[in-house]
Amino acid sequence: MLSISNLQASIGDKQILKGINLEIKPGEVHAIMGPNGSGKSTLASVLAGREDYEVTGGHVDFDGKDLLDMSAEVRAAEGIFLAFQYPIEIPGVSTTNFLKTALNEIRKYRGLDPLDAVQFLKLMKERMKFVNIDQSLLSRSLNEGFSGGEKKRNEIFQMAMLEPKLAILDETDSGLDIDALRIVAEGVNKLRSPERSAIVVTHYQRLLDYIVPDYVHVLYKGRIVKSGTKELAYELEEKGYDWIKAEVESV
Amino acid sequence: MTPNQEYTSFKDQLIAAFREGEERMNGESKSAFHQVRRSALQSFETLGFPTIRHEEWKYSNVKTMIGEQYSFDEGTALTVEDMAPLQIPNLEGNILFFVNGHYRADLSQIVSPATHLQIKSFAEAQQTDAETIGLHFSRYADFQDSAFTALNTAFAQDGVFIRIPDNKVVEEPVILRFITDARHKNVAVQPRNLIVVGRNAEVKVAESYRTLGDGAGFTNVVTEVVVAADARVEHYRIQNDSERAYHIGRTQVSQADNSHYYNATITLNGGFVRNDLNIVLNGQHCESFMYGLYMPNGRQHVDNHTLVDHAMPNCYSNELYKGILDDKGTGVFNGKIYVRPDAQKTNAYQSCKNVVLSPDASMNTKPQLEIYADDVKCSHGTTTGKMNEDALFYLQSRGIPKDAARTLLLYAFAEEVVSNIKIQPIREYLEGIIREKLAL
Repeated sequence: MLSISNLQASIGDKQILKGINLEIKPGEVHAIMGPNGSGKSTLASVLAGREDYEVTGGHVDFDGKDLLDMSAEVRAAEGIFLAFQYPIEIPGVSTTNFLKTALNEIRKYRGLDPLDAVQFLKLMKERMKFVNIDQSLLSRSLNEGFSGGEKKRNEIFQMAMLEPKLAILDETDSGLDIDALRIVAEGVNKLRSPERSAIVVTHYQRLLDYIVPDYVHVLYKGRIVKSGTKELAYELEEKGYDWIKAEVESV
Repeated sequence: MTPNQEYTSFKDQLIAAFREGEERMNGESKSAFHQVRRSALQSFETLGFPTIRHEEWKYSNVKTMIGEQYSFDEGTALTVEDMAPLQIPNLEGNILFFVNGHYRADLSQIVSPATHLQIKSFAEAQQTDAETIGLHFSRYADFQDSAFTALNTAFAQDGVFIRIPDNKVVEEPVILRFITDARHKNVAVQPRNLIVVGRNAEVKVAESYRTLGDGAGFTNVVTEVVVAADARVEHYRIQNDSERAYHIGRTQVSQADNSHYYNATITLNGGFVRNDLNIVLNGQHCESFMYGLYMPNGRQHVDNHTLVDHAMPNCYSNELYKGILDDKGTGVFNGKIYVRPDAQKTNAYQSCKNVVLSPDASMNTKPQLEIYADDVKCSHGTTTGKMNEDALFYLQSRGIPKDAARTLLLYAFAEEVVSNIKIQPIREYLEGIIREKLAL
């Protein structure tokens, strides 16, 4: 589904991704872990099409298409979804209104008729249950004045509405207490299917107790330096990142 | 200030026109009303047109405006049919047309009962309501330090006179349409409006300005609004004018105890626009709201000067002005809040937010708070920035194309102001124009 080869990206003069290689097959969940500043969020942003980053080399293939050649909105329409680490507050635009526009733009791209108000509301009511989100929150301005937990739940709600092929969760666990974390993770799990894949970027192992990954990768200094199964996450939780750093430096 | 040589021609022309008009007068020239006009002309002669060396006109250069040649009392043959495309859809109420400065009864409709709404042309009211006019005319909009107000006062002839008797609620809005017909010539008009709202009375008034044709239109309007105790006034100014429209507008409001005044000034288009909104809180427990939206693009220039003068204690004022500037559009916001020594327990808030979309567009903001009382709550804030790229990316990442995302964000930004317009057909009309203007 997603094939990243030798991906390099920089912001300004600073190179952040120094050659990422990663293969993701349909239905797989890959966790990306690593110390602060290793490039985890950059990878998430580059895949979603953020223009602040300049891709300086490499290739990303998504379902047979050149992902790097697409604008952010086309990537979304092709099935990429980024759950933001810090969702943006947008005054004056309600979540409902915004999602209806987004969903119908994506449907238009796929050659489908737009959902009318009734169909949209029905879908919304059904998906709201996934993350236990309240309708009153959705009629308010997007993320404005939302608590950290509400913002993250809103991200997962949007994901449930847009049904992406590849979900990228960028530190979705940061700032969440255990109850909120559980709700968010359950929402993600309800969307898991043999066709749908996910990249879970996290600093801590605890999220992976709820969203169990098929593979775990460690990103350090812009490269994937170690890959393994979920056991690797436990090892990192126990021993920290220093042994990885030492291993890399000694090579 | 020393009179500027370059600016004398238009000035001389105006002074000559005044003298000529005076000669045609009979006994009228001895009236108290005319004495005010004569004194205003003297002020204008002394002051001359402001230049950019004048602090209040630093960013608004009137040179081009006063360099044009205008016809002063241009007749026009505009008909009811000509007005049809200018109508605001679904808008019902008292709709009055003023063409090239003169009230046109044949184009207008008054639907509210005369027991509630006394409305007539200012020219007529000078005869029929001399006492009320004597009591209020030029009592609020001081011309000693304003050349344009002095000029308007000197030429005060026509415009609207509105009086709402005590305890009357006018249900239907009053819409004042000022049309400048510049299809054949450059035209100068100077409407003078007086709105006197009685105790515990209520009215909604909207002024709209429109120049027709390719000629230059110079409008110098002064509106005095007198809000008696417990009265409630909603006042809208709608400017969707031509590229060659020069608009100088002053609104001077005086509020008495417990009164409520609500203003929204929406400038969607216009070559050169300068609005002065001055509110003096002469009573206690007054509330004043000021909303503003301006969207200069092309080479348009919009300058909003506002002043709220808290002269008495226990009043509340709240101001929100927002601007979207594109191309070579320029904007000015100068917001003054005075809190006089007696005005304890004042609550005064001011906010001005701007989005500048092009590197050639510019915005100058200047909040000015002068607070002489100690037990008050005042706040102000201005922001001027580019389009929020993070917000744009957020919307794009959900599948909304960049242009649509941009329009959505800017529309939401404007809507925070426009949503405060309580006359629904006007709000919808403006929303339509805003959508059109923001669409790429």
